[in-house]
Amino acid sequence: MKRVVITGAGTINSLGHSVPDTLEAMREGRCGITELEFRDVERLAIKIGGQVRGFEAEGRFNRQQMSLYDRFTQFTLTAAKEAIEQSGLVFHGDLAARSGVVLGTAGGGVSTWDDNYRSVYEDGKNRVHPFVVPKLMNNAAASHVSMEYNLKGPSFTVSTACASSNHAMALAFQMVRSGAAPAMLTGGSESMLCFGGVKAWEGLRVMSKDACRPFSANRNGMVQGEGAGVFVFEEYEHARARGADILCEVAGFAMSSDAADIVMPSKQGASRAMAGALADARLDANQVGYINAHGTGTAANDKTECAAVADVFGQHADDLMISSTKSMHGHLIGGTGAVELLACIMALREGVIAPTIGYEEPDPECALDVVPNDAREAKVDVAISNAFAFGGLNAVLALKRI
Amino acid sequence: MSISDRVIAIIAEQAVLEPSDVTPDSTLEDLGIDSLGLVESIFAIEEEFDISIPFNANEPSASDFDITNVAAIIAGIEKLVAEKV
Repeated sequence: MKRVVITGAGTINSLGHSVPDTLEAMREGRCGITELEFRDVERLAIKIGGQVRGFEAEGRFNRQQMSLYDRFTQFTLTAAKEAIEQSGLVFHGDLAARSGVVLGTAGGGVSTWDDNYRSVYEDGKNRVHPFVVPKLMNNAAASHVSMEYNLKGPSFTVSTACASSNHAMALAFQMVRSGAAPAMLTGGSESMLCFGGVKAWEGLRVMSKDACRPFSANRNGMVQGEGAGVFVFEEYEHARARGADILCEVAGFAMSSDAADIVMPSKQGASRAMAGALADARLDANQVGYINAHGTGTAANDKTECAAVADVFGQHADDLMISSTKSMHGHLIGGTGAVELLACIMALREGVIAPTIGYEEPDPECALDVVPNDAREAKVDVAISNAFAFGGLNAVLALKRI
Repeated sequence: MSISDRVIAIIAEQAVLEPSDVTPDSTLEDLGIDSLGLVESIFAIEEEFDISIPFNANEPSASDFDITNVAAIIAGIEKLVAEKV
């Protein structure tokens, strides 16, 4: 089995348009959640979200590209560019033939669906743009990344709701570890902040109207975000041979299915995924210094997740740090694990733990060190990143300092 | 049908029971309605009466809308319907 390392990272989200900007915001505990701005927002009960600001597609992409790139693809390409430039990789020959792209998204081109349904149903038009289908399809982003960077190996899109990115990164990891691919572009993207995208979530009655306060006793629900996170996963010897700057090692992963309920989380399913990731990475639970929580800020997730952590880590649960950066960037749904992996990389590489902001009141059911409100300096050797999706599908990644 | 009968019909349908099995002091738990069933019932009631019910599944007790039992739910809806006019 090969070792797998990360040699490039890119992002765009409500905290920043790059990795350095995002990490700075996480260090400072800034909140990217604001009043939403888009057509018909006044008809929503939920009017806040982690919306990407100041992102002008015009100027970045030409007219032909614009007609093919939904906002989730635009986010993906922006993040992929940053990640590939950082890695220094140029794909040609055998490297290009064997390297691919595995990305996660829950909804794909949601705003393209929204705009075109509006056009035919509300505006009564009988004709839509010829590229609606290639623009909205869930694999559009992965395909455009493969075309842009000449990635001709295994490429596809994974859609497992809120765990999409983690499932995608786990699969990319497996491909590099097995030797099937020398490098993989992976991560995920989501752009659901449009009228239909928020209205659908509103119906479930689990959204907060004011803030995302994970683990806080007065938490009252989740807040949506948008954006992308993309990484270059590379075989260790390949990275070393070319003198690449290695951000951290991806040491293992596990996936599990609750096989129980379509929306309610399960402590057993979450525990099995965390314990499985450690076993896969051949790590002891006591080595874990930081957990990037799924931490949605709903009543059900946070207490279930804390109970699962207590089960898996025993006494050590009181010594480790666990934070939810969703408090800052919101829940990026299918892209969330990718953006949250950045907090793990920051913990391992810079020794800075991103906080859980908006924390106001301790909850006895979430009695862990949730790094409330202020970032903290700490040396961390191992971090894990949790994602527990609707549908009971869980994916946890384990990362190591290098 | 009265507001009460209409609400009971919706709750009974959600619980897969006859309306006669739904009494004012039945709790949702008694009727076998879980949190997802509750959210669905609230949606159906909002549609039936064209009202908005203030209910957040994260903090049912903090909502102004009392869901202790069927009688409380009916009273809450009668109030919202009266306020609408």
